[in-house]
Amino acid sequence: MDSTIAIYKGLKDIGIDFIVSVPCVNLSKLLNKINEDEDIIHVPVTREEEGIGICAGAYLGGKRPAILMQNSGLGNSINALKSLTELYEFPLIMVMSHRGTDGENICGQVPMGVSTPKILDAMNFKYFKPSNPEVTYDNICKSWDLSVEEGKPVSILLEIKYW
Amino acid sequence: MNFGDNMARYEAIRDIMESIEDELVVCNIGFPSRELYEINDRDKNFYMIGSMGLASSIGLGLALAKPNIDVVVIDGDGSLLMNMGSLVTVFANGPSNLTWIVIDNGAYGSTGNQYTYAQVIDLVDIAKSVGFKDSHDFKDIDLKEIIKSEDASFIVYRTEAGNSKAPIIDLDPISIKKRFMRAID
Repeated sequence: MDSTIAIYKGLKDIGIDFIVSVPCVNLSKLLNKINEDEDIIHVPVTREEEGIGICAGAYLGGKRPAILMQNSGLGNSINALKSLTELYEFPLIMVMSHRGTDGENICGQVPMGVSTPKILDAMNFKYFKPSNPEVTYDNICKSWDLSVEEGKPVSILLEIKYW
Repeated sequence: MNFGDNMARYEAIRDIMESIEDELVVCNIGFPSRELYEINDRDKNFYMIGSMGLASSIGLGLALAKPNIDVVVIDGDGSLLMNMGSLVTVFANGPSNLTWIVIDNGAYGSTGNQYTYAQVIDLVDIAKSVGFKDSHDFKDIDLKEIIKSEDASFIVYRTEAGNSKAPIIDLDPISIKKRFMRAID
């Protein structure tokens, strides 16, 4: 399975119908697929934090939301993920291009990349780190129910070597 | 204690709520939600308990998810300044069912009325420059008409700084969410 199709198919199969995004070059094919999908409302945002608020509102309105972003966006969203998403138990899928991992050629991505899993651990948020498309699809298929059960966001971290 | 005790924002919220019938209301964190809760608690109110700045974002997601239901956001100037990008995102998506009201008292009211930079800018002009056709001062409009208008609307209610004595909301966040979602169905 193609790395992008695995994510797209997983999101479709768990009924994701509302996506907010801040782009990453590794997500560009996926963002194109989502733009072409008339059954998904896609809202590009100026900053990931506002996306967390938009996802909460969409869930209140009966949608199943996900955010697509770089892991840098996790840093921009921490308070909202705690004092909105977790506080009210809003389910949310976070698909993150995990930069600063093995194969990264931009040094600026490394500090946040190294800290990203530790930040999620400290936040007590569950995450998957799938290494190939089959596992990614499988992980995404489990993510929505897990997020509902936990009352917290669930992340899919996609390292550079995944693509 | 009771620094800046007065009913300015409380009166503003009361004014706004006089025009509200069936609309969904998303209300800013802190005293605004406490005051709304005291003035007119209803199932269709979503009270923010955290995440300062995101009232308009929550309202946008809701308005896009429920395009046939009118959504009113009660925001504040300090909160808007924390999430200025939302002006662009809301305008670009342009949900006709969204009315975004900013109570501009030039102060961070819930934290002791420290002044905000909203005192040196004009929020109505800023929203107009972004592209909002319906960007108005509250005193110049009929809110009921604006809520029904065909564009996303941005309204500034200018008032003085000050907090009432409205108590902390005694609903837990999950109950606020569940009650609100049931009211939509």
